[in-house]
Amino acid sequence: MDALFSQLFAGLSLGSVLLLAALGLALTFGQMGVINMAHGEFMMAGAYTAFVLQAFIPDAGVSLLVALPVGFVVGGLLGLLLEVTLISRMYRRPLDTLLVTFGVALVLQQLARDVFGAPNVDVRAPAWLSGAVPVLGMNLPKTRLFILALAIACVVALSLVLKTTSLGRRIRATVQNRDLAETSGVSTRATDRLTFFVGSGVAGVAGVALTLLGSIGPTLGTNYIVDAFLVVVVGGIGQLKGAVIAAFSLGILQATFEYSTTASLAKVLLFVVIVAFLQVRPQGLVSVRTRSLA
Amino acid sequence: MTTHPLPSRTTRKRALAVSAAALAAALTLSACGGARTADAADGSPSASGGSSCVDTSGDTVKIGFLNSLSGTMAISEQTVRDSLDLAAEEINAAGGVLGKQLEIVAEDGASEPTVFAEKAEKLISSDCVAAVFGGWTSSSRKAMLPVFESRNSLLFYPVQYEGLEASSNIFYTGATTNQQIIPGMDYLAEQGKKKVFLVGSDYVFPRTANKIINAYAEANGIEIVGEEYAPLGHTDFATIVNKLKASGADAVFNTLNGDSNVAFFKEYKNVGLTADAVPVVSVSIAEEEVGGIGVDNIVGQLTAWNYYQTVESPTNETFVAAFKEKYGEDRPTSDPMEAAYTSLYLWKGMVEKAESFEVADIQDAADGVTFDAPEGTVTVNGDNHHIAKTAYIGKIDADGLIYPVWESDGPIEPDPFLEGYEWAEGLS
Amino acid sequence: MSAPGTTSAPAALWRRPAVRVWIGVAVAAVVLFGLAPAVLSDFRLNLLAKFLCLAMVAVGIGLAWGRGGMLVLGQGVFFGIGGYLMAMHMKLSDAGPGGVPDFMLLYGDGVVPGWWEPFRSPLVTVLAILVLPAGTAALLGLAVFRRRVRGAYFAILSQALAAAFAILLVGQQKVTGGTNGLNGFRSFFGYDLADPVNKRMLYFIAAGVLIAMVVVVRLLMVSRYGELLVAVRDQENRVRFLGYDPANVKVVAYAIAACFAGIGGALFAPVVGIISPADVGVIPSIGFLVGVAIGGRATLLGPVLGAVAVSWAETGLSEQFPSFWTYFQGALFILVVAFLPQGFASLGGLWRRRRAAGAAPGEPPTDPGPTGTAPGHATADDGAGTTTTDDARTAGRTA
Repeated sequence: MDALFSQLFAGLSLGSVLLLAALGLALTFGQMGVINMAHGEFMMAGAYTAFVLQAFIPDAGVSLLVALPVGFVVGGLLGLLLEVTLISRMYRRPLDTLLVTFGVALVLQQLARDVFGAPNVDVRAPAWLSGAVPVLGMNLPKTRLFILALAIACVVALSLVLKTTSLGRRIRATVQNRDLAETSGVSTRATDRLTFFVGSGVAGVAGVALTLLGSIGPTLGTNYIVDAFLVVVVGGIGQLKGAVIAAFSLGILQATFEYSTTASLAKVLLFVVIVAFLQVRPQGLVSVRTRSLA
Repeated sequence: MTTHPLPSRTTRKRALAVSAAALAAALTLSACGGARTADAADGSPSASGGSSCVDTSGDTVKIGFLNSLSGTMAISEQTVRDSLDLAAEEINAAGGVLGKQLEIVAEDGASEPTVFAEKAEKLISSDCVAAVFGGWTSSSRKAMLPVFESRNSLLFYPVQYEGLEASSNIFYTGATTNQQIIPGMDYLAEQGKKKVFLVGSDYVFPRTANKIINAYAEANGIEIVGEEYAPLGHTDFATIVNKLKASGADAVFNTLNGDSNVAFFKEYKNVGLTADAVPVVSVSIAEEEVGGIGVDNIVGQLTAWNYYQTVESPTNETFVAAFKEKYGEDRPTSDPMEAAYTSLYLWKGMVEKAESFEVADIQDAADGVTFDAPEGTVTVNGDNHHIAKTAYIGKIDADGLIYPVWESDGPIEPDPFLEGYEWAEGLS
Repeated sequence: MSAPGTTSAPAALWRRPAVRVWIGVAVAAVVLFGLAPAVLSDFRLNLLAKFLCLAMVAVGIGLAWGRGGMLVLGQGVFFGIGGYLMAMHMKLSDAGPGGVPDFMLLYGDGVVPGWWEPFRSPLVTVLAILVLPAGTAALLGLAVFRRRVRGAYFAILSQALAAAFAILLVGQQKVTGGTNGLNGFRSFFGYDLADPVNKRMLYFIAAGVLIAMVVVVRLLMVSRYGELLVAVRDQENRVRFLGYDPANVKVVAYAIAACFAGIGGALFAPVVGIISPADVGVIPSIGFLVGVAIGGRATLLGPVLGAVAVSWAETGLSEQFPSFWTYFQGALFILVVAFLPQGFASLGGLWRRRRAAGAAPGEPPTDPGPTGTAPGHATADDGAGTTTTDDARTAGRTA
């Protein structure tokens, strides 16, 4: 019983990490069909932001709280730069963006290696996040609770933006029918840019959160990018709801498989489940009806 | 939109295609035929790669350094390259080997086994080096081994590894299992630990090490309460640490690699496990990894190695001082670095004893060559080409260094196939 | 320049696309069979053989991606299946008394698993190399294409497949050699691999197979199937409305690409002497695409030349500047894909188009179509007689 609950929590926690990694992708991929392989490197940039800030702000707690918004801006600006310089030129070639952004990812990784050195670096966790909270006889690590809360906060904030602001309305209009939105006076170019900024910013936040779980290295992003894309594919594009459900389902599934088999086999099983799932619902869990064919 | 008169065009193309295909096939066949006759003639021992092109006529001799400077292993292998460079510099300053200055041909293994094989081939057959120093991962060594055997050249491999190997073309200057894994287990047994949990990255070294540990445990009344592997680069250890906690283990033997250690130790600490109650013995965490993991997360934990920066000996003092002078005060020295440094000196010793750079002469002369290394005196075993080393269990201190808390009674003779251990009989 | 089909001047013969292609193939054959063995050392020749194996994968990708619009990000899987099958056979035939490969004695329990046994036979091995990768691809393709999973979704799935495959190989150390992979092969169908003459033989086999593959792709390109494939790439729905099943069309190209990758892998193992999970995962799978993109994805010889050139550059440049190479590789990806989507092959096309300025319009496309309007989906640069797309606005975009 105890193990069951701990595993459930492990799954939720893994799901929250996946969600943070995939949220930004769900936005950029959902709206623009852009497969941004450099998304993981934006997470890495966020993580290194936390590392750099810690050098200036001695208090680990304060520097973490400062790192969250700063990481958002750093990730967002990188995304904006990428959008303006490269992606905007290739909106009609979504598959090619995958390759271009992979090139960007390679460059960013090497850049991190040259700037921060190849060895991994560590960010100290604040004292108020060390240890665990006893719940129902289990010890839930505070860092994982924090990340869970952060993921939920990001989802809530994003859905508020999408539902209540004019930017949100423009984004939703663009997702549902780009041409019609444009005809109706929505500047899809400006919307795209903002979406990319926000989506990449969330990656930066995810990177800051990841410093609580592991160390930071140039390859931090590559570890998450495939999983994050799978979340988006399973979730379906166009709505955050899909990504949320997908992230937590995949997290719990992975934790369950891992508990009953091994970590390696769990990954393989998860892939089998995803392919089988796409047989049933090729469009993902949730999808916005569009007027495009097929 | 144009449409073409398809039929006529295609026919013409078909004809051309057929002739080209026929040409290709004929050429392929003739090529095969040529090889077959050669193969038949090859019944005599023509010793394909036997002839060496090493040039020792001048006042320099070439040696090759082959380490990953790019890719995932660059982090670790760069440190080995640094200490190799240091050793070469020292040897050259002291007059070289047999009066010849060392000329280094440096290559990047790019963290890929195929690249290691390719570059080894290049070093031997194009650059004509007298010996190659490097390699880190098991897979890089396994990939290079056939190259060195078929070309009959020498590789000095400086990293602790999973044993079960002895090639006459490789000298292993890192620990084999009975110089690291078994002392680690001996120590836990001495401390009265009865329930050990095994966690490792999913690759050859951890799996082989754990196979040995299982056999050891069975023979020594220790229970293995869990054995978990994480894919390389795995960073979510919630489940594995849950299993560890639920298992009731009183010690952990850790063969995790690289980044995974950080995530593992953070999780371990978060669920409230402590080094006092459930100590972790790690065999892949050396001085330079401690900083990346974060000293807070790992202070008080144990490691099993054959060298620490803190080992007290005059040679080590000189080595540490020389290294820091060349690369900076903040750079620690670690076991693989020391083994690499030692490997170059051992080769020098063998060459000087043999008075020759020839592979066969060096192999003959190798047995009993000793070097007063930073870790203590090491001696080459001529039978299995490993070296006798002292084992140290160390404790990670708050200053980021590792201090020995236990050491073996003098150097342990290498036993890569564990032939001297009764309980290990069924293992290989 | 006169349009093909209307000219009769012999001087213009080489300009005919069809002739040019065959001249290209013939030149490649002469270079591979005559020039390279004559001027390269054994070491460099073996290196070239390795590049040729990688080029085989590239030829398949050129077909599936360049022609079929399927971004295959998981070719490492098929490369790996081929490579491991061949490696299994070589390990079994090298095995000493008892017939158990050395690594199984070391890491496993010394028992050869049942599914290894058939590969003692050279015939079964060769058949499996030809059939298994293609069969796997066909099954997977049928599963996903029928459900109209395509574009980015397909790309991501194929990438995840590569990740899963590599993890599976690593996890099953007792039967796959784990991260070490399979290595230390001594003989290739009875021929001693340490003998340089036999290494040369391997090179010639690789060169012959590669040329044969190029010929096969060429024949496919000019066939009705080739046109159908391009049509599916550019306007899948229109093809469906015409009564074809696009899924079947795609599956064939995907399976052929997989078959080529498998053969490439099968030759890679003896040439390089090792096959390991590091050769089959996500990163090498994307790596296969670099050469294709650079050479020109939709051309016949572009992928081959691109793959060989990139591998050569990697070997050469990484020797001197390991970190520079990563920047260079990244920059190549960015610049070529973003600004030269048809690869360097299109430079030739641009040059020809400039020379041909003023020639009669409306004739077969000896030059790539206006890339601005058919982005990402190349038209036939070699002038294979395929119809250019009139409307390729958002092909490949998923719904």
